[in-house]
Amino acid sequence: MAESICRALRDGALEGELAPALTIKDSVASPFALQVFSHVLSQLFSSILAGKSQSRGLVVVSFSRSPSFYLDLLKNKGTDIASSNNQIQILDCYSDPLGWKDQLAGSRNFTALSNEVLVSSTAIVFREVKHMDKLYNSIIELGKGLVGGGKIRFSIAIDSVDEMLRHAPVSSVARFLSNLRSHDQISSIFWLLHSDLHEARVTAVLEYLSSIVASLEPSHQLANGQRGDLENFSLIKHNSKKGKFHVRFKKRNGRVRVMSEEVHIELSGINFTSLPSEGAINQGLVPKVQFSLQLSEKERIDKANVVLPFEHQGNGKPIQIYDGRRSLVDGKHERPFAAVENVQTNENCGSGEIIYYRDSDDEMPDSDEDPDDDLDI
Amino acid sequence: MNQRSSNLLDEALGLDQVIEPWPLRGQVVAIEDQVETSGSFVLHHLLKRSLSPNSSNVTIFIAFSQPFSHYDRILRKLGCNLVSQRDNSRFFFFDMLKLQCPDEGITPEGGLIALYGKIHKTISALPEISWKNVSIIIDDLSLMEVAANGSSDYVLDFLHYCRTLTSEFDCSLITLNHEDIYSSEDRPTFFIQMEYLADILIKAEPLATGLATDVHGQLTVSNKGRNKVSNFHFKVKENVVECFYPGRS
Repeated sequence: MAESICRALRDGALEGELAPALTIKDSVASPFALQVFSHVLSQLFSSILAGKSQSRGLVVVSFSRSPSFYLDLLKNKGTDIASSNNQIQILDCYSDPLGWKDQLAGSRNFTALSNEVLVSSTAIVFREVKHMDKLYNSIIELGKGLVGGGKIRFSIAIDSVDEMLRHAPVSSVARFLSNLRSHDQISSIFWLLHSDLHEARVTAVLEYLSSIVASLEPSHQLANGQRGDLENFSLIKHNSKKGKFHVRFKKRNGRVRVMSEEVHIELSGINFTSLPSEGAINQGLVPKVQFSLQLSEKERIDKANVVLPFEHQGNGKPIQIYDGRRSLVDGKHERPFAAVENVQTNENCGSGEIIYYRDSDDEMPDSDEDPDDDLDI
Repeated sequence: MNQRSSNLLDEALGLDQVIEPWPLRGQVVAIEDQVETSGSFVLHHLLKRSLSPNSSNVTIFIAFSQPFSHYDRILRKLGCNLVSQRDNSRFFFFDMLKLQCPDEGITPEGGLIALYGKIHKTISALPEISWKNVSIIIDDLSLMEVAANGSSDYVLDFLHYCRTLTSEFDCSLITLNHEDIYSSEDRPTFFIQMEYLADILIKAEPLATGLATDVHGQLTVSNKGRNKVSNFHFKVKENVVECFYPGRS
């Protein structure tokens, strides 16, 4: 399923249509969006290098992490960065997004350190993140620098939209993303979003702008306000390594496809597996004790057969609740151990019974009298 | 012996073995606490570890909460002399309690930019080999927000730039924030943002069962780098903090 996402981004945009856009969103309960983002990025870049994708270059707009993080990531996946810097460019909105270093360099003896040579050939520092228009132009310029003008397309990865939303209103960010999608040289675009940092409507706006929405949820929901106990800790531990991955595809023919998988976070990276059945998950959480907590089939049927004394049987007969006395309203002499009011024509011999003996015949049925009233204290 | 009893905390943070080079280098450590369970002891413990005689660590301490004398007194009980460390240029104390003076032309943003510049300058002045052994400690973020006239945006910008310091110099950043201040908000953005930024998250919470004499609270340490989550109880004593698994005090 993660494969389907990568395929969609690889295939890119059709002539005259908007480029496919992917939102990867998570929350603090399952904060794995970065791992998913890194996975998608490395897969897409591999396809670009292999010439298997529509896009011929990748522009990474990095707000949350330094450019060296992405270069190291790709290097660890076996990509030779030094020879491929005509296929990837990083717009560095991390090192000095607001131009503070420039300001300080102007006033005092602030010595800015020089970046590594390798990084600076692949990364361009951008200092005006509050200006969406300038950001847009810089991205397009970088992309054209990679693939040239004309019809050749490039892809864009944004890490993350949260930082953009801190510096600019949601309408500007929406317009920015929309313009990118409609640019005829953009093949595909994807971004990372932490949903609990924004109002629901902001997340909704970004989801409307996307053709694919991938969301991460915790495997087990924690009960609010009960953070302290041991059981909750084992859930927290569980949730720190696993999560649910839901993807919603908006297809070109108008249909929507929804798929789910499980993600496992390991030190080496992220793994996607199909969801186990519900029972398997719950089995793991049932505490191991020395008595049986499950019902066997026979026990379940017997339990279903017990007719409770206050139940309506739904077959029109009046209910007579046996109150333990031998004589009843209609004077019938009944055996004192059938507490059910209606006879069940159930061939199953394992029918359950409730046996009730009254304490005293003097009492009226359902008396409100307090039996201790006659005590003389 | 102090070493033995804080071992669980050190183990969870990777400080139980060698501390040179500083195991927390390049990482952001966020400590979260509540009124019932103050997390300051974690800060003091990390400060003490950082200034251990076995290492050449340098600590830059940005104090919004208490004056120097307060930390000096506490660390003395833990066996660390802050005055001599300050004189040896291993401990730099930035007293921010007076940041809120109504100077002309100093906006909250300007104040934070200047603070960032000062930290950058202090680290740059050290020999390059010491850069990864620098720890920047901020006590605490909610008071920084107050000093910035409530503008969490400026504080987040400042924290972002502090984070760039961890990439640039490979130093570590340790912050303390109070969870219950933000618990009444619908969307405690500022607080959650720190949880995303942190490589190691340390939460000090009361026990689910309430107050106790033998146990002051519980610590949950989420170490993203090692993909490990630990939980244990703690008791803060005069000269030491004891950490132990539930049931073994």
